[in-house]
Amino acid sequence: MEYILLVISAIIVNNVVLAQFLGICPFLGVSNKVNTALGMAGAVTFVIVLATMVTYLIQVYVLQKLGIAFMQTITFILVIAALVQMVEIILKKISQPLYQALGIFLPLITTNCAVLGVALLVIKKNYNLLEGVVFGGSTALGFGLALIILAGIREQLELANIPRGMRGVPISLVTAGILALAFMGFTGIVK
Amino acid sequence: MAKTESTFKNMVLSLTLISLVSSACLGFVYELTKKPIELSNLSKKLDAVKQVVPEFTNDPNKEMFRLPTGEGDSLDIYPAKSGDKVTGYAVSTFTSKGFNGKIYLMAGFRLDGSIINISVLEQKETPGLGTKMTEPAFKDQFRDKNPDTFGLKVKKDGGKVDAITAATISSRAFCDAVQKAYNTLKKGGLL
Amino acid sequence: MNQFQNLTKGFLKENPILVLVLGTCPTLATTTSSLNGMGMGIATTFVLAGSNAVIALLSGVIPDKVRIPAFIVIIASFVTIVDLIMQAYVPDLYKTLGIFIPLIVVNCIVLGRAEAFACKNSVTSSLIDGIGMGLGFTMALGILGAFREIVGSGSIFGHKFISGDGILVFILAPGAFMALGYLIALVNRIKKS
Repeated sequence: MEYILLVISAIIVNNVVLAQFLGICPFLGVSNKVNTALGMAGAVTFVIVLATMVTYLIQVYVLQKLGIAFMQTITFILVIAALVQMVEIILKKISQPLYQALGIFLPLITTNCAVLGVALLVIKKNYNLLEGVVFGGSTALGFGLALIILAGIREQLELANIPRGMRGVPISLVTAGILALAFMGFTGIVK
Repeated sequence: MAKTESTFKNMVLSLTLISLVSSACLGFVYELTKKPIELSNLSKKLDAVKQVVPEFTNDPNKEMFRLPTGEGDSLDIYPAKSGDKVTGYAVSTFTSKGFNGKIYLMAGFRLDGSIINISVLEQKETPGLGTKMTEPAFKDQFRDKNPDTFGLKVKKDGGKVDAITAATISSRAFCDAVQKAYNTLKKGGLL
Repeated sequence: MNQFQNLTKGFLKENPILVLVLGTCPTLATTTSSLNGMGMGIATTFVLAGSNAVIALLSGVIPDKVRIPAFIVIIASFVTIVDLIMQAYVPDLYKTLGIFIPLIVVNCIVLGRAEAFACKNSVTSSLIDGIGMGLGFTMALGILGAFREIVGSGSIFGHKFISGDGILVFILAPGAFMALGYLIALVNRIKKS
């Protein structure tokens, strides 16, 4: 039960993009087409789950053991950067189709603040390993959900007649705002 | 300056050096800021204690003790003394019934059980709605009230507390935290 | 380009948020009031200026292939320094900004300036570039924060000037997106004419 609440809360109530403002750069950058959005969502989910697991273990068994929790930021970002590289290499070796689908998004993920953000939040909220992984996975799903919805809307927007100054980023932001308003309707369903 | 070549030796050497130097810098800054960070955490608690209990001559931080709530956890109690006589207790209490997670309060009680004042330590309620719990307009209605005779519930639930407009859940949570503090003191035989 | 232009290009012409649209996460998250926005901006400015200067200093020594990890280490160190200092001396602001202080590490502006400017220019120009870009960032955050605070809660810099509530939605998440959207549209319009 607790885990179900955690999942619902992370996907829709506290949606990572629309309520917590993490991962907005890729949110605006790759939401032109539904297909690219799907690819990005897949890559992010993969990396977030893996990164949450590794950073959690490092935090508990290395940083806290040695009493150097202040090195958290620097360690986490290096771990994430290395992890992304590794995933890229492994994916290239074992699955060409998957690599072609996700490959181009991987380098972008290091600077996706959702990844580092989730890793830091898991520590801050005192989750255990399983909770952390569930939280990470569902946050990533929430990211994918927001990304795909926005991409769907933007595909339609291409056909609309938009004032020149509003084209591109501004109209996407306003759309995201309305989307966030809709998601706010979910607040309060999870205590 | 001639660019260093990307040989394996150079890469390892430069990265190791940079990491070493930056870790040393961080360690130094950490040592430097350790004391001020502790002090500011302590003084924050003390400021809150000062707001909610009458004048004291002791150091409540040093005489802090914990009391079980009877619900499986415990609260920090800060006794306020003038001379050797206890004049009141500040209780660091919390509730998990907030709209957006936990709310932490510092509640001050006289020995007869009446509330002196309440200060909000930490809350993540909706800005502009639930956050009004930090304003005197809401929390001053608790002053000089004794939870035994004063219904510590919002009017909707049959109590005497005027809830914040459009933030009944936050108001309920606030009452819950105060009630928890009172019950704990009572159970501990301090009132 | 002289140093003055170098400093001021970040204000409008190449403003990191309003024109380049980089670093949107902290922009949206921390601008619930003008003071929060500017606090975030100043913290970022410090990191930008510091990391730009150090990277410019070391760019000749760092081999090309490990450039990015080296930059990340340098940037992360500055971020941790800011993190610790804020925790010690401005604990209230630190608490409000929360997780977005460590997240300066992945702010695209910082790594972007390191890649695009600092590793090709002298230490002084890089330092000035960092300060300029940081101030441009701070300015945009301040404006957005002030707008959201005025409309959303009827106050400015924490001083209330109307009694009662403002249009609350501007303090909440949806208002952040919309306010930034319209602000960028406005800048687009000004740049055109």
